[in-house]
Amino acid sequence: MSLLAKLFGEKKRTAEIAKNRLSLLIAHERSGSSGAADFLPALQQELIQVISKYVAVNPDDIKVQLEKQDNYEVLEVNIVLPENSR
Amino acid sequence: MRVIVVTSGKGGVGKTTTSAAFSSGLALRGFKTAVIDFDVGLRNLDLIMGCERRVVYDLVNVINGEAKLNQALIKDKHCENLFVLPASQTRDKDALTEEGVEAVLKELEHLGFEYVVCDSPAGIERGAVLALTFADEAIVTTNPEVSSVRDSDRILGILQSKSRRAAEGRDPVKEHLLLTRYSPKRVEDGEMLSYKDVQELLRVPLIGVIPESESVLHASNQGMPAIHLKGTDVSEAYQDVVSRFLGEEHELRFVNYEKPGLMKRLFGGK
Repeated sequence: MSLLAKLFGEKKRTAEIAKNRLSLLIAHERSGSSGAADFLPALQQELIQVISKYVAVNPDDIKVQLEKQDNYEVLEVNIVLPENSR
Repeated sequence: MRVIVVTSGKGGVGKTTTSAAFSSGLALRGFKTAVIDFDVGLRNLDLIMGCERRVVYDLVNVINGEAKLNQALIKDKHCENLFVLPASQTRDKDALTEEGVEAVLKELEHLGFEYVVCDSPAGIERGAVLALTFADEAIVTTNPEVSSVRDSDRILGILQSKSRRAAEGRDPVKEHLLLTRYSPKRVEDGEMLSYKDVQELLRVPLIGVIPESESVLHASNQGMPAIHLKGTDVSEAYQDVVSRFLGEEHELRFVNYEKPGLMKRLFGGK
């Protein structure tokens, strides 16, 4: 806040921030992608189970993410194998 | 008979205040109207309508066949043609059934009711879904505030998927946006979403804007629907809502901030 604004007690115009946040959020929630990503935690759990059969991994080292790039949705699975896994 | 649900998703935005005022407004226009509280376990419409001491039977009693519908309907003391059907205070969440609600609505139609206003509970659970299942029209009550707007959008999605009209592929539920607790001054100062902002975000036609006002508390204190507080902004704004609902055109009022005049500032006119 500038010195002048402080001196004159100008209030923050926050409505615009609210509008921008909501328009992004509502567009996202309407597109249904938030609903489609509901399976992510279950997928992560099952991946951990399957991989643990073969390699001793730490559950925290398996990351599952869904990202949106333009018209594509990218499912990213990141598994960090411990050094002494074999 | 038309069934109108007053819904919002979020709690505390003014659904019951609106249900009480709107149903009273329809009755004042001469329509035989019933207003039903769907908030099983947390009923409050009876308090807002001022009939809490006359509740004997409730919606769940009627559904379970423990009472006849006309025994449970409470005649409003403020206007002719208006009847209140209170919710039950039972803790059994499964007390309401779709078949039960449908049967009650059929009987209301048989009794000659022209409008039924369903006061939805907050949330998206059973009671809220049942309140909107049989709706022909919906008044989505929203505060100009982020969480309320988001929840309204959510409830619009549920209206479009779970109502009977949607399930049977009939014409969709007619949606109306009602903004409540609106403060023109804060909008002008850029501190509050404007009605245009909210309308743009939710893309639902606006049926009215109810200004933030002390009158609402005065009304609920006395158990008198706010539309009866003659001469107040809130009463006038609700009357406009009823008029627009009935197809009359009215310009929006109470949306522009007027600086208080010198006299008002000096003498603090209220």
